[in-house]
Amino acid sequence: MTGQSETANILAETAGRLLEDHVTREVLGAAEDGVWPEDLWRALEDNGLTQPLAPEDKGGLGASFADAFVIAFAAGRRRAPVPLVETMAAGWLLGRAGIDVPPGPLALIDGAAALTVEDGVLSGVAESVPWAARSGHLVAEADGTVLLVPAGTAAIAPHHNMAGEPRDTVTFDRVNPTAAGALDLEATVPVARTLGAAMRAAQMAGAMEGAVILAVRHAQDREQFGRPIAKFQAIQQMLARAAARAAQARAAAETAFLALDRAGGDLTGAEWDVAAAKVVAGEAAEIVYDAAHQTHGAIGFTYEHELHFTTRRLWAWRGEFGAETFWAQEIGQRVLARGAGNLWPDLTARQRR
Amino acid sequence: MEDIRFTPGLLPPEGEALRAEVRAFIAENLKGYPGVERAKSWAGSDPGFSRKMGARGWIGMTWPKACGGHERSALERYVVLEEMLAAGAPVSAHWVADRQSGPLLLRFGTEEQRRKYIPAITRGESYFCIGMSEPNSGSDLASIRTRGERTADGWRINGQKIWTSKAHTAHYMIALVRTRPQDPKDRHAGLSQFLVDMKATKGVTVRPIRNMAGEAMFNEVFFEDAEVPEDALVGTEGGGWGQVTTELAFERSGPERYLSSYQLLFELIRELGADAGPAAAAGVGRLAAHLSTLRQMSISIATMLETGEAPNLAAAIVKELGVAYEQDMPNRVHDIVGTSPRVAGGAFEQVMAYMTMAARSFSLRGGTREIMRGIIARGLGLR
Repeated sequence: MTGQSETANILAETAGRLLEDHVTREVLGAAEDGVWPEDLWRALEDNGLTQPLAPEDKGGLGASFADAFVIAFAAGRRRAPVPLVETMAAGWLLGRAGIDVPPGPLALIDGAAALTVEDGVLSGVAESVPWAARSGHLVAEADGTVLLVPAGTAAIAPHHNMAGEPRDTVTFDRVNPTAAGALDLEATVPVARTLGAAMRAAQMAGAMEGAVILAVRHAQDREQFGRPIAKFQAIQQMLARAAARAAQARAAAETAFLALDRAGGDLTGAEWDVAAAKVVAGEAAEIVYDAAHQTHGAIGFTYEHELHFTTRRLWAWRGEFGAETFWAQEIGQRVLARGAGNLWPDLTARQRR
Repeated sequence: MEDIRFTPGLLPPEGEALRAEVRAFIAENLKGYPGVERAKSWAGSDPGFSRKMGARGWIGMTWPKACGGHERSALERYVVLEEMLAAGAPVSAHWVADRQSGPLLLRFGTEEQRRKYIPAITRGESYFCIGMSEPNSGSDLASIRTRGERTADGWRINGQKIWTSKAHTAHYMIALVRTRPQDPKDRHAGLSQFLVDMKATKGVTVRPIRNMAGEAMFNEVFFEDAEVPEDALVGTEGGGWGQVTTELAFERSGPERYLSSYQLLFELIRELGADAGPAAAAGVGRLAAHLSTLRQMSISIATMLETGEAPNLAAAIVKELGVAYEQDMPNRVHDIVGTSPRVAGGAFEQVMAYMTMAARSFSLRGGTREIMRGIIARGLGLR
């Protein structure tokens, strides 16, 4: 299990190129003003990048999580202003529940939302649902059941996170889903939350790499006291620390995706790796956005400069699908319940081939 | 800027059979070994334990059989190391010889030197220390002044080393010495490495230095007309710098770079018990999240090394992250428990008190945090 698969290399190359071409400064700014980047979405969908995780007979590529990681990472690195990772995760859930995956963007509802299903009818309120108003269908999880709901049947009130990404309030008032299916998975955390957290961790790792690259470039170009500020040890030390933390976040996220591949019917082990990835990403983000902004100085604080498209997402994503505290408690409680003597044996057993 | 990716690696199945053997060995040999001793991690010493490890074939594991080694994979060695460190086993007597001096001799030494020194190392009987730092040469290693002059039948060494861990118990030192005057155009030229017999060489004086945690682990070492034979030279005369930097790369990303304070996490979990409440659980969870991630990254480097890659930047990153983690551990434990530990209190208090003080050295040994970050900055294209 070393190196990336051939599929992953192709996906990384395709996603990287498409996103780099389409996600310009103008597209990012317009997206915040409510302009849907249809060309970008079309290109992603036409290349199969929106449904890598759904099985082939359900409308997807049937690729692994390890392969999908490179798309999620690229989506964060390029700040794709579309629900790409949400659609990927929702597609996996639908496929797992035996439901055909509809085309178009899908809204993934955090599994921690207070939703109830009675006699097949869905009720409840979900807050901060990514891109609900822009998605054709909503995908929810309640009591171990996955539900596919046409967006038009729910009441959607628009909101935004601090990066200007749509995070809508969705109210289901006795809604009949188009399709429903049992997940049939062992899990201690709602599965839609775990998947969402894994996706955010991968995006954050990509975004952090992007922030470090921007800062390094700026440090090499910007001259003060007669030399590039990259030559100052204070800058070098700060960015070295940030780059190390960004690399850690990437390693943790990639590990979590591999764990999801290995999980089979029992997600409880993979939940640990997703938790670690989300915790590590959130803590790293603090250090990375501090270093990136400090290196850029005042120009990085302007709306005109592109840095904030990355750093505002980092701030927002930290809190979505469970912040560090939620996930740290999840694994901390497991560790304490198992006792000191089991921590090391449990860890080595989990990270085994 | 280099692409920094940690190829996810997993340890091979044969490592897991070995792991069970190591755990049984530890259970048998470290029964009742106190927490505060375990907390010393790879600074804890017991020559009897080292000899038993040697007898099991767990020293010099990857070295050629012709020299007394065992020709096992680096990943199997990794398993033994991490199990020993997680248990807080006293491995320091043979540690330097196994990790640095042995590999150095195998790489740069003569056939005769290998035959003479390597077998005793693998038996856990022969211990080494490394003479690098001097009173005026810490991070700036190239500025060392201890000098070696040719004599009729060897070399005469004069000068002083400092912060030399285990010099008071080691049988041999591999000393970095200037054998030619410093060339301002090439500061790294003219350095050489010598094997010094610490027990038999006249003119070598060792003076232990007490550290802030109360231990005497590092030393001053004085060389006053210390005569060493011709065959004490390791590798090439004047080529010491290249050899030393290779040697330092051996020790950048192993499990000892994030497990040094593991015993404190262990005692913390015991102290808290199963019903510690959500805030304490979150604190423990953060520490466990990093532990898990750092192990993955460290294994990733070990796997890359095994397949012949030289991930120098990635290895420096693991050291930066691992050291920050193990050094920060007492601070985070303080956040969770909020107590002023008594040095002779219960096991948790003893370990907490010891680790709070001992952790100060973690970001200094083997190259300071700032030097490591400098290496990373170079990889980023900032220098």
